[in-house]
This record gives sequence, structure tokens and C-alpha cells, in this order.
Amino acid sequence: MGVFLTLVRRELGAAFNSLIGYVVVAITQLLAGFGLMGIVQRLNSDRTPSPIPEIFFADGIVFWLILILTTPVITMRTFASERALGTYEALMTTPVGEWQVVLAKYAGALVFFLLSWAPLVGVLVLLRQLTQQPQLLDPWGMCGVLTGIACIGSTFLSIGVFASSLTRSQIIAAMTSLLLGIGLWTLSFSQTDTTGDRLGRLMDHLSVTRHMQDFARGVVDGRALVFHFSVSLFFLFLTQRVIEMRRWR
Amino acid sequence: MSDATPMIEVHDLTKRYPGRTAVDGISFTVGRGEVVGFLGPNGAGKSTTMRILSSFMPATSGTVRIAGFDVFHQPDEVRRRIGYMPENNPLHVDMRVRDYLKFRARLKGLGIGRSRQRVDRVIEQCGLRDVERRIIGQLSKGYRQRVGLADALVHEPDLIILDEPTIGLDPHQLRSVRALIKELGRAHTVLLSTHILSEVEVTCSRVLVLHQGRILAADRVEDLESRFSQDGRVVAEIAATPEALREAFRDLPEVARLEIQAAAGDFQRVALTPRAGEDLRPLVFEQVRQHDWALRELTRPRLSLEDIFIQLTQRGKGGGN
Repeated sequence: MGVFLTLVRRELGAAFNSLIGYVVVAITQLLAGFGLMGIVQRLNSDRTPSPIPEIFFADGIVFWLILILTTPVITMRTFASERALGTYEALMTTPVGEWQVVLAKYAGALVFFLLSWAPLVGVLVLLRQLTQQPQLLDPWGMCGVLTGIACIGSTFLSIGVFASSLTRSQIIAAMTSLLLGIGLWTLSFSQTDTTGDRLGRLMDHLSVTRHMQDFARGVVDGRALVFHFSVSLFFLFLTQRVIEMRRWR
Repeated sequence: MSDATPMIEVHDLTKRYPGRTAVDGISFTVGRGEVVGFLGPNGAGKSTTMRILSSFMPATSGTVRIAGFDVFHQPDEVRRRIGYMPENNPLHVDMRVRDYLKFRARLKGLGIGRSRQRVDRVIEQCGLRDVERRIIGQLSKGYRQRVGLADALVHEPDLIILDEPTIGLDPHQLRSVRALIKELGRAHTVLLSTHILSEVEVTCSRVLVLHQGRILAADRVEDLESRFSQDGRVVAEIAATPEALREAFRDLPEVARLEIQAAAGDFQRVALTPRAGEDLRPLVFEQVRQHDWALRELTRPRLSLEDIFIQLTQRGKGGGN
């Protein structure tokens, strides 16, 4: 456990020591800021506005834009840069296991991702105070939103870590995970045409926007949790296989 | 493992990449406490061998044991006993020296207290006290190399493997890093690779010459030199006419071959090869004294490791070991 935490700390240190880390936080806050402006406008114009999380996370595109843009940037460093710099060799000749390395890099990325969202929580709480309409932001809705950010974020981050393990180039890693991320997101929109049949139901299960709509209403669906946990685990498993395979080359 | 177990045992090691054999059935043993130089031109297979030894990559065939542990089947045992500095000394340049060494010590399984102790010790040992709070990216290459060495040492490994530890250093840095490596050799077994021959002469007790994936020679440095300089050629610079010199040396029974070349001034450069490996220097001096010539040089040139290396690799190209 000590070694694992040492590795996670190193990952976080690397993120905060780099300009890219701050750029990610800035992009997240900037886009979230635009989203909030939209919310404020809706709150002013609608007579019976929806709760804030639903406007922000379920209806809007801002959350997805942040997610799809920042997760590749957060994760592109994890393996690609270590391999490009050669520090990967130094790492893998210490008595740490491959799984330990994969999980630590993933955990580091996840913690950084969640930290980059942290200021937004404060802003939402502030908004609740200002509107003086507590029903617009109930604590359960907020918990659902946080679970959703963590859940869906973990899936996109696992894709990013996997993409980073494939190459030495951080740019290629970022582009690969961007493409995979967009692919997963657009799957959500194919459901509307085929609603009702088996394929439609399957697409409904795979729909990440649908998951987020539930989370934003404060509904934490076990199936969504299992889905994101399994997909994350699957990509981490692939990452470990890539690392192992690369040793044999 | 008992002290009698060799530190490194390599048997019939082969590593093939697609379309290329990097290491071709090499075998060697390194005893405890030895400082061994791995010598070879670029692409000879040095780095590949070291990567296999440090269990970073598996071999295609053959066995490697470090302190009795198999690198393939017991990699963690091996890694605990090895301090490995990869080629180009990769470091996390965004970290501070002390934090980096602490991080590496923790990865290598040292507890918090023990890693603090060891980091203090290696900072002292590698002369990093003045820069311990500096960011690695801002250090000179010489200091970075020291950080790499400190990293290799931090968990007190039995064996230190250094891949080209002095590459790219200026002469001052080179001297201090070499001195450090020599110092390490007193307490550890050291295997270092280089393509700079003088480095092996200065730091190593034994040398393995690698060329195109094969070992061409494995010997003590002195033994290699004597093996290759058996002809015992003597060179003298004497102020005399070529004719007089030829007259004096030609008929001596001890001399097998005589070459005379004009040198600067009135001097001639005389190269004499003995018939049976004997030392011709007293004889030359005797002739000079008898003829009352002026003598400004009398040497038996030592074949440098460089010459030996060239000879060996040319033989290697000829198709045999």
C-alpha cells in the first residue's frame, strides 16, 4: 500500500508541477463558468425552472465538452511521457508490479480530475444561496451529480490511460482517447431511432448521457454503476496487457 | 544465498528482435566485488544485455541469474538486489533531488524512516548536499549523473548496473563521476557499459568485449594487454644516419625486424621487433653508448585497449571469436 500511495502522490505531483495541469483546471472552470451563465439566464427567464443539476448536467453540452476535452489531456502523460523520457525503464526495474503501476496512474488521474471539478461545487452552493430557492439544488441531487462526475469520469479516464499506454507520443495518446471518448458519447444519440427493440434497449444501457440524466435527478442506478465500473476495469485490464506485451518485444 | 554464489551468471543468452539478433548466445560470470566493464561499439548489444540483467525485458533464450535468483522467474528478488541506471540516465526533471531520491527509495521497498536515512547517506556519498533542494531539471549534466548514481545506490543493492554512466560529460565531470564509480567498486559489484576504452582502463578490473551480440574477449585488463602486445616491439629515436643504424642493428641475432624512418631534426625513428619476446631496450642502449649517438627516446609501446579493441573487432568481422 505504501508503494501504491507513493506512486499516486508522484502522479499528482507531476500533474501539479506541469503547466498542462493548470490549463486543465482553467479549461474546466472556464467552460463551467459559461455553463453557469446559461443557468443564470434560464433561472431569470423560466417561471418554473428545473433544478440546477438537471439544467447543467442533463440538458446542456458543457459537462460533456469538459469531460471529453480534459480527460485525454489529464491522462495522455501517464504512460506516454514516461516511455518517451525513459523513466518508465527506471520505474519497471524497481520491485513494483504492473497492476500497481496501472492502478496508481489511474488513481492519480482520477483524483486530479475530481479536484479540477471541486471549485464548481462551491459555485453551485453559492448559486443556491443567491437564488433562495433550495428546491433548485437539493443535497441528493448534488450527491447524484458528484457520483455521476466520478463514475463517468472514471470511464473516460480509463480510456485515456489505455490510449497513453499504446504510444510514446502524448499527442497521439490524447487524440486516440479523444476519438474513443467522442465515440462512446455519440453512442448515446443512436438510441432515439431504435427505441423499443432489443438493440434500442442495449443502446439505452450504453448511453452515458442517459446515465448522467439519472444522476442529475439524484437517481443512482446500480446498472449505471456496474457499467462504468466494468468499462473502467476492462480498459485498465487492456492497459496491463499492453504493458506486459511490450516487454516481450 | 551464500557468498560463493557468483553475482551474475549468464548462460547462452540470446535476444532476438524482429529481423535482428541483438545478443547471440553469450555466457559469462561476474564474481562478487568485481568491477566489470562491458565494452563495445554502439549497437553491440550492451544495453540489451543490461536490460535483460535488470529484468526489464525477457530474453529470447538462455538463463540469467543474479545472486542466484533467476531474472525471469524471480524478478522481484532480482530487482531488490540491483541498482540499475538505464542509458541516458532518465530522471523526473520536475522533482527536487531529495524528493526524487526519497520517491525512488520508497518504490524500492524502503520504509519511511529507512529511506530518509539512506537518502541522507547517498546524498553525502555522491556529493549532492549542495543541490539537494534544487529541481533536477536545473542541474548540470554532471550533477544529474550523480543523482542517477545515488538512485542506483539508495536501497544498498549488491549489484550496480550502469549503462553508459559517463556519456556526454565534460572532462571535469568525467573525472569526478569515474572517481565515484571506482569508490562504489569497493563495496559493491559493478557492471558498467561504455564505448570509451580509457574508461575501462581507469575503472574496471575486468573487461568483456562485446561486438555484434557476441563476446569477443573476457579478461583482466592487464592480461588483455599482455596477450596482445607479446611482440615486444621497441622504438628508439637516435641521431645517426640510417646506414649506420642499419649497420649496427641488422646483424644482431636478437632482432627479427628492423624499420627506420626519418624523424624531426637529425634523428631517425628505429622500430625493432625481437625474435623471442625478449626486451631489446638494454641492447639498443648498449649500441647507442658504443657508437656515442644521441638518444632522445627509448620505449616499448604499450598496446592501448583501443588497439586491442580494433584488433578484436576486426577479427570478429573475419567470422570467428
